[in-house]
Amino acid sequence: MSDISMFWTAVCIVVLAAFTGYVVISRVPVILHTPLMSGSNFIHGIILIGAMVALGLAITVEQQVIGFLAVILGAANVTGGYVITERILQMFDPGRKRPGKEA
Amino acid sequence: MFDLSYLIDPVYIATIIIFIIGLQRMSHPLTARSGIIWAGAAMLLATLVTFLTPALSNFALIALGIVIGGGFGYIAAKRVAMTDMPQMVAIYNGMGGGAAAGVAAVHLLGPVHFVTGSLAIVGGLIGAVSFSGSLVAFLKLQGWMRPRPVTFTGQQIVNMAVLALAVISGILVLFQPSWSPIPYTTALWLFFLLSLAFGILMALPIGGADMPVVISMFNAFTGLAVGLDGFSFATPNYAMVIAGIIVGAAGSLLTVLMARAMNRSVRNILFGAFGATEETGVQIQGSMKSVEPDDVAVMLAYADKVIIVPGYGMAVAQAQQKVKELMDQLENRGVLVKFGIHPVAGRMPGHMNVLLAEAGISYDHLFDRDEINPEFQSTDVVLVIGANDVVNPAAHREGSPLFGMPILDVEQAKNVIVLKRGQGRGFAGIENDLFYRDNTRMLYGDAKVSLGTVVQAVKKL
Repeated sequence: MSDISMFWTAVCIVVLAAFTGYVVISRVPVILHTPLMSGSNFIHGIILIGAMVALGLAITVEQQVIGFLAVILGAANVTGGYVITERILQMFDPGRKRPGKEA
Repeated sequence: MFDLSYLIDPVYIATIIIFIIGLQRMSHPLTARSGIIWAGAAMLLATLVTFLTPALSNFALIALGIVIGGGFGYIAAKRVAMTDMPQMVAIYNGMGGGAAAGVAAVHLLGPVHFVTGSLAIVGGLIGAVSFSGSLVAFLKLQGWMRPRPVTFTGQQIVNMAVLALAVISGILVLFQPSWSPIPYTTALWLFFLLSLAFGILMALPIGGADMPVVISMFNAFTGLAVGLDGFSFATPNYAMVIAGIIVGAAGSLLTVLMARAMNRSVRNILFGAFGATEETGVQIQGSMKSVEPDDVAVMLAYADKVIIVPGYGMAVAQAQQKVKELMDQLENRGVLVKFGIHPVAGRMPGHMNVLLAEAGISYDHLFDRDEINPEFQSTDVVLVIGANDVVNPAAHREGSPLFGMPILDVEQAKNVIVLKRGQGRGFAGIENDLFYRDNTRMLYGDAKVSLGTVVQAVKKL
């Protein structure tokens, strides 16, 4: 493919993705806004795979150091984002045991 | 032999589809949890398949980084209390932004193609801003930094100057002109430092109550940065592009929705330094009248209808469990109990819903501002627990900094009881004349302790 058709493919994908995000989110009720924000926080954790490739293809020491830091940050984003979202949504699960804890 | 790297693209596409289905499932409380579990599985698969990328090396470093970062993320997220969720979302979002800036930096340190380079510059700028800005948000929410807006004269000019310098150094990196006063790598470091500085400057003037909007905005920023970073590889990583752009669009929409709930524009929140200004010339009539827990118990127990309005104060006092006990006691006595939830109560959209759900209060008890407002007139007692600005009638008075913000009209109820730690003001720093009304009584003290006493007193009646 030529550069120019690659470019328009990319634009097309970006536009469609933006619409998808807009449509999916506009239907979410207010009570789920927190898990939603947390959930989308988890999803942009996909930066981890970018960081892995960046580090994996890094040549200079500088690139390796920054790539390594990016992998650490990305991995923390993914796991932290997942655990928090899961914990929040657990609260909405009607089947779960009610906490009887006395704090 | 079959090349395993052929697996990468199909798996990435599957990942994206599952992400979208996951978000879709989050639009209903009953299916929401399965949504995140699916998305998690897809993310795991995408991470594993990435190890098959052709010509990849530094495997040990990659694995080590995942273990360190993942371990930290997992342990910190498991340990944190539900009430501290907003700052955890902020910090993990910042880390994502930092990672995005890092990926852009690695790309810019290699041989740079003009188009991918410019996308990396924009992605790097947004990612770095999201990183440092989210850290400031985290520090403010965690209480390690004063949550009040930090302002100084000429602030916006300084901020714009820093942003302009960041953009200029980005242009120097991109074009590498012969007249450039500084070498390539110096320009690159300068670019990232200025971007980080701009993120800090951007978050400083924003007060605690506006944090939900800002976290949501930085969330959108990180998404956008991740999306742009997807182009900084030899072949674009469309999994990153699509996931990032979806988050960018969704986060932007959420930011606007939240700003609208406060009847303010995003621009006003970012540059308004809300709460720094003071309304003058308004004299509040009357005095604050305090009340004893026993009297509150009587009022509640013999009421027909009670509406509870929780705010950030309930979260701080960890009082949600006591709220649940009170609700159970009152419902046993045949009192109708509802919750009025302001969209921006707490420090995160839906913050109150999460805390109440954690305490075991089902979501059919919780009502939105628009649903609950017509009901206050027919309500015997409204219990305001640690909320302030969202019930401040000053929002109806022209000239008040709160003017126009849609509030919960609790003052229309027959009796209003406000649980409050002391006589201070809300996050917006604005005097609340609700507290001075004739039908308002103040119950001072820690909300958890006060509610505990009230619950005991109700039991004895």
